[in-house]
Amino acid sequence: MRRIRVIPALLVEKGRLVKTLKFGARTYVGDPVNTVKILNDKQVDELLMLDIGATRYGSKPDMKMITEIASECFMPLAYGGGITELDQAKRIFAVGVEKVVVNAALFHHPKLIGEIATIYGAQAVVVSIDAKKGMFGGYSTVTHGGAKKTPMNPVQAAKRAVELGAGEIMISNVDHDAVMKGYDIDLIRAVADAVPVPVIAAGGAGSTADFVAAVTEGHASAVAAGALFVFRGPHRAVLVNYPNRAVLKAEVFGKV
Amino acid sequence: MNVIVDYKCGNPASICNMLKKIGFQSVISDDPEVIRKADRIIFPGVGSFDFGAGSVRKSGIADAMEHKVFKERTPILGICVGLQLMCRTGEEGVLPGLGWIEADCVKFDNSRLGPEDKVPHMGWAEVTAKNDAGLLSGFEEEPSFYFVHSYHVRTDGDDIVAATAHHGYDFTAGIVKGNIAGVQFHPEKSHQFGMTFLGNFMRWNPAAQ
Repeated sequence: MRRIRVIPALLVEKGRLVKTLKFGARTYVGDPVNTVKILNDKQVDELLMLDIGATRYGSKPDMKMITEIASECFMPLAYGGGITELDQAKRIFAVGVEKVVVNAALFHHPKLIGEIATIYGAQAVVVSIDAKKGMFGGYSTVTHGGAKKTPMNPVQAAKRAVELGAGEIMISNVDHDAVMKGYDIDLIRAVADAVPVPVIAAGGAGSTADFVAAVTEGHASAVAAGALFVFRGPHRAVLVNYPNRAVLKAEVFGKV
Repeated sequence: MNVIVDYKCGNPASICNMLKKIGFQSVISDDPEVIRKADRIIFPGVGSFDFGAGSVRKSGIADAMEHKVFKERTPILGICVGLQLMCRTGEEGVLPGLGWIEADCVKFDNSRLGPEDKVPHMGWAEVTAKNDAGLLSGFEEEPSFYFVHSYHVRTDGDDIVAATAHHGYDFTAGIVKGNIAGVQFHPEKSHQFGMTFLGNFMRWNPAAQ
């Protein structure tokens, strides 16, 4: 039995909780603070909150929302979105957030990763890498919600992130986002095998069996899911949910 | 007064939040004079050993804590890097630790880790109580706590080991020495297990043991 982390990933845009499909179409999920309260009551392992609008619209982290969310979280909380300066990260840590997540900063503010790690430790910096598969099978790393292509492939990006000081990598395939047919296992394994730090698999989980595959076949250390924890049923009715400990033990921890 | 020591190297707000949730008021302070008035001290910490060791010394916080811990026998709880700083040395840096416990802070031994045991060790792990002075009791089920660390404490002897956890091998997850307690995990981020544990610490009377 291995106690892997099962992490709900919540997306915020302009103060509203949404769920994207392939980083595109949005479904409104609810109020961020209320949703965090529900997930806190369900005793989730850890929580990831990403402001997907911040970089795209050039806005700064919403400190009021982050402060409110942090005070409801009696589990580890990671926040990402729009972080470009050390001072922003400092304010985020000061209100009770454990980790910051950077994505575009890997390319536009690479020094920031080391600056945060020097003060708060490598474990406090997660670099999230979004990948897209090209027509000829190779992967490229994208930023700005998939809108901008970078010159690095995901394995190069992950290695670079670790060199810069990242203590954890999150990897997702944009085209698997919310499809709920499983993670891109090949992509996850390529990244997980290339770096010594923990890798969080993201993008595409539709069942607890997908978590198991991400770990046993993809070599991930943790799994994140969005749609699975905010939708229920074939019509994707919004219902915030999270498996209880007994289910996780039987369906995930006991199988990895 | 319950004081959470703020030496710009940790997450005091999370601890304050959880203490409030379980009915204890606390103040977050970097003022040695406030620390000198504490009835109970929580010494948190995340991040790098050297940054913490430097910060805690130059601010006069270390002197104030040492007075409390050794002269007044005030109960103190080190959390994560707070625990690590209680050691003599830290492998992570060049600065010495506070040297309150007969232990050193060492990096996870790669030669004893399996391929799936990544460093930092990050996640939930079950904790086994040893000489815990009652601090790890009263749980409704086998307690798990949240860990995030690349280094762990290695004690000279087993007598001060309060708890162990497993990541590749069994490591020291908690210590108790008189009025000094320390844990490698983050109770403030461990849901009801953390609340039970912090409640135990807040009611702990080491002088009675």
